[in-house]
Amino acid sequence: MAKYLLLKHYRGPKTSVNDVPMDQWTPEEVDAHIGYMDDFADRLRGSGEFVDGQALAPDGMWVRFDGEGRPPVVDGPFAETKDLIAGWMVVDVDTRERVVELAGELSAAPGAGGRPLGEWLEVRPFLDDRPNADG
Amino acid sequence: MSVGPLDESLVRTLVPEVIGVLVRRGADFASAEDAVQEALVAALGAWTVERPRDPKGWLVTVAWRRHLDRVRSEVARRVREEREDAEPPTGPVSARDDTLRLYFLCAHPALTPASATALTLRAVGGLTTRQVAAAYLVPEATMAQRISRAKRTVSTVTLDTPGDLSTVLRVLYLVFTEGYGGEVDLAAEAIRLARQLASLTDEPEVRGLLALFLLTHARRPARLGAGGTLVPLAEQDRSLWTTGLVAEGVEILQSALARDRLGEYQCQAAVAALHADAPSVEETDWVQVVEWYDELVAITDSPVHRLNRAVAVGEADGARAGLAALDGLDPGLPRYDAVHAHLLERSGDLTAAAALYRRAADAATSVPERNHLLKQAARLR
Repeated sequence: MAKYLLLKHYRGPKTSVNDVPMDQWTPEEVDAHIGYMDDFADRLRGSGEFVDGQALAPDGMWVRFDGEGRPPVVDGPFAETKDLIAGWMVVDVDTRERVVELAGELSAAPGAGGRPLGEWLEVRPFLDDRPNADG
Repeated sequence: MSVGPLDESLVRTLVPEVIGVLVRRGADFASAEDAVQEALVAALGAWTVERPRDPKGWLVTVAWRRHLDRVRSEVARRVREEREDAEPPTGPVSARDDTLRLYFLCAHPALTPASATALTLRAVGGLTTRQVAAAYLVPEATMAQRISRAKRTVSTVTLDTPGDLSTVLRVLYLVFTEGYGGEVDLAAEAIRLARQLASLTDEPEVRGLLALFLLTHARRPARLGAGGTLVPLAEQDRSLWTTGLVAEGVEILQSALARDRLGEYQCQAAVAALHADAPSVEETDWVQVVEWYDELVAITDSPVHRLNRAVAVGEADGARAGLAALDGLDPGLPRYDAVHAHLLERSGDLTAAAALYRRAADAATSVPERNHLLKQAARLR
């Protein structure tokens, strides 16, 4: 088994097929989208592949260390142009093919007009923090 | 396992045996497993007062009763009667065969590797779903689904189908190599199960696998340095190796080899035994190591084993011979870059080696491995 992170972007570096921003959808279209995402997660729970999922608010800031005894520097809120992560899902699957299949399904969540979003999802394998036992 | 008054090791030995008895009597696997869990709960109460003289008999009786209670609906009764008609005569089928059959069932080829390992740990290993979930770092609900789907899959398997021992060994090997550091020590669990399996069958490959586990496990105290850094075999402090495990592993391997039916696990255990026998990397009998890899490759024809063989050839016959042994292997193989880098470094091409270590770090699948390779690259810069 291998764990993968599926990253969903509000504004990604790659444009969705159905590229109408969510604030221009009808309430029914928003409900349909959320319903699709919930069903997707439920199916993964049922198949024993779900690990974690979380949505993120678009609001946020940059923070960094600014020297001993000084408060951290805060920069934000985010500029309009920043690539924004909207949320993630972690899955535990048998193969790379399976995670591609799942990401494809998730990307088909309905958007404006009920048509599939076709958004680009970022798929990243986990690094195991445990060493193998065969060294 | 939160069994309170129950002795955990006793319970975990008995669980697969009791499930095995119920399955032989005609219970489907999922029901048998559920009934045994219920019997364990009942034992929690009853055994606090006094443990029965025959704990296994007690569990079989209670679990079987629970099972029958459950199937006592009209439809279920009909099904049960049909099953009883078809049931083989209750003759002298030993507990040994029952437990062995359970191993086969849990490693059935119809299951994915992840399902087979989870089911084996749960049903044969007697771990709780929560423990299996913790071992694989997934939520308990996810693991519960994985296990219940696996149970449904094997519930339709007929018991007369002879099991395939090689699938069982593969499942135990996957459990062993999954890693360690969590709440449940999977390597230790794999060793426990391999020991039990070796007591059920005298197949030399089972003993080969057990020997491989013990000889590899013996190196564990030396494998991680301060802060969890990876210490490669060549640099390990061999005085930290667990001599008791080495001695036991060598003895078991010798008894397996004496049967003269070589297999892949016996070959790998033989390599591990040669390492265990050497006071240092220089004093290792690399010529013999290469010979064992030759046997291994002849049996499995696995590219991964060819890659490991190239390392041994590099030690036995020099880096150039090792590099030549890489010929024909797919550079996309896991750890190919790391092996290539190591051989290039030994041949004196430090620049190329550093670049390859760097690339190997990018392709590493664990944090300790990546950090180790990054430091290898940094060392040569």
